[in-house]
Order: sequence, then structure tokens, then C-alpha cells
Amino acid sequence: MPKLTLKDLEKIREKARRSTILREGAGKAKITVHMGTCGIAAGARNIMRALVEEVERGGVEDVILTNSGCAGLCSHEPMMTVQIVGGPPVKYVDLTEEKAKEIFKSHVMGREIVKEYALAIGSEQTSTK
Amino acid sequence: MEDLSLHILDVVENSIDAGARKVEIKIYEDLKKDLLEIEIIDDGKGMDEGTLEKALDPFFTTKTVRKVGLGLSLFREAARMANGDLSIRSEAGRGTTIRATFQHSHIDRKPMGDLEETLFTLIIGNPEVVFSFAYLKNGKMFNMNTTGLKKKLPGNYFSSSEGIKVLRNELNKLDGF
Repeated sequence: MPKLTLKDLEKIREKARRSTILREGAGKAKITVHMGTCGIAAGARNIMRALVEEVERGGVEDVILTNSGCAGLCSHEPMMTVQIVGGPPVKYVDLTEEKAKEIFKSHVMGREIVKEYALAIGSEQTSTK
Repeated sequence: MEDLSLHILDVVENSIDAGARKVEIKIYEDLKKDLLEIEIIDDGKGMDEGTLEKALDPFFTTKTVRKVGLGLSLFREAARMANGDLSIRSEAGRGTTIRATFQHSHIDRKPMGDLEETLFTLIIGNPEVVFSFAYLKNGKMFNMNTTGLKKKLPGNYFSSSEGIKVLRNELNKLDGF
């Protein structure tokens, strides 16, 4: 069995730390894809798939992907809300898979809000959460 | 909605809105009987008689953010178009069961669509809910339950790259089923 190096130990520590963050439900970011009837009919499931692909591709362990109901802005679906720990929730509207991936890279990974696709900054009311 | 897997996603999201923590999805396909049946059973807050009566009315909703509620009525329409129907059993405090039937060979029956993607979205997006899924097709059975799968995860989350891998491995078994 090969010897563990300091670097290996650091990697293990980092991995454990990230999974602890997740267990506590406090990832560095939360992405909520609106999954009401309107969202689903407009393609919200594909948005979710695009985000899952980004998480997989980047080996990301500390972003929480979740769903919510309709927020009442059905004509702007598909929509998602992105919240970085310590930052305000930002609602993105009229999404495509490409836009969702761009937002993931810029806002979730780089903390840079994509103003072009954002509708509003601030909390929201949805029918569920 | 283009296909049945999207209707399933929609109806299960209703279950979760209703506070369900356990959702069972059952699909039964029988070519000899020319039948396709989809059943969704949840342990959410259920509906009282008054709500149940109105549940299929597209102009009724329990939501406050808008005035229409199309999910269930669209699903019933899809079933009726294919010579089938949709029924709801529900009891306040006990949960709800939705059952839709279709004539399998009917020209207007919507295709099943991407079930794998529907399950993926539901399981990743709702880590607090236990999902079980059973698919019986011409005598063959596919079965899965998220309780067992969760034990394989470092945290209880499917939305990490490791969690996604575990889930993908499991759902890949649906390919070509």
C-alpha cells in the first residue's frame, strides 16, 4: 500500500470538511429550480439537468440543488433562484440550458451575478417554501 | 406537457407541496391487457371532501400566488385522450393517491418520456423525501428506494457530484427496461 503524503491528508481533510458542510445543510450556495406545472411545461427539468451536469463536470460537492413550486410568474418560466452564503437570493428568469450553465459558472462558482438574466434581487414568495 | 414523465414530475411536486415525506411511484405496463397505469401515493396532508371535489377543476388551486391549478386537470386530460381516466383518493391528514390509466396502444397516448430524468430531478431536488419507485412491465420489475441509496452517500445529499454518481448508477438500470 503506498504511503500517504501530506498532500493526500489535506485532500482527505478538505473532502471531509465539505461533506460535513453538506450534512449540516449549509453548502456554499443553494440553487432552487422552480418546478411548478408552469416551470415543468416550460422546460425546468432540462434546467435541472444542465445544473447537474455542471456539478458533475466540476466535481462540486458543496452546492445544494433543490426544487420549489410556482412563484406566480408563470410567463417567465423556467426560473431559478441562486443564493450564495452571505449574499442575497437572485431570481433568474426565461432560462435556457445555456443560460443556466453560464449562471452556474459565473454566480455560483465565481460569485458574480449575471445581471443580464436576473429579474430581481431579494427574497421571494413561492407556493411551497 | 409533452410526455407522461413530465406529468409524473408535476404530480409528485404537488405531493411534496402537500408536505409528503414518503412518495411511492408505481407504473404498470401490460401489453396483453393493452393497459398503462400510473399510481402516485403520498403521505402528505391529504384533502378534505370539499377540496377533493374541486381538485380537478382547472380554476381551483390551493396556491395563493396565482388563480389557476392546471396540473391534475392536464394529467386527467392526457388519460382521457387515451381512453383512460384519472382518479383521486384522499383523506385529510392521511395522504393522497392519484391513479391514471391509459389504453396502451391508443394513438393519442403520450409517450412515457424520460423517466430517468424525472426521478433524477425529484430525488436530487428533495433530499428530505423518501422516494420509492416500482415499474412493472410485461412481467419484468424494476424497483428502487432512496433510503438504501442514501446510505451510500457521504452526506445525505444527492446534489453533490458523488451523490449524483451514486444516483446515476442506480437509474442507469432503467435504460432499455
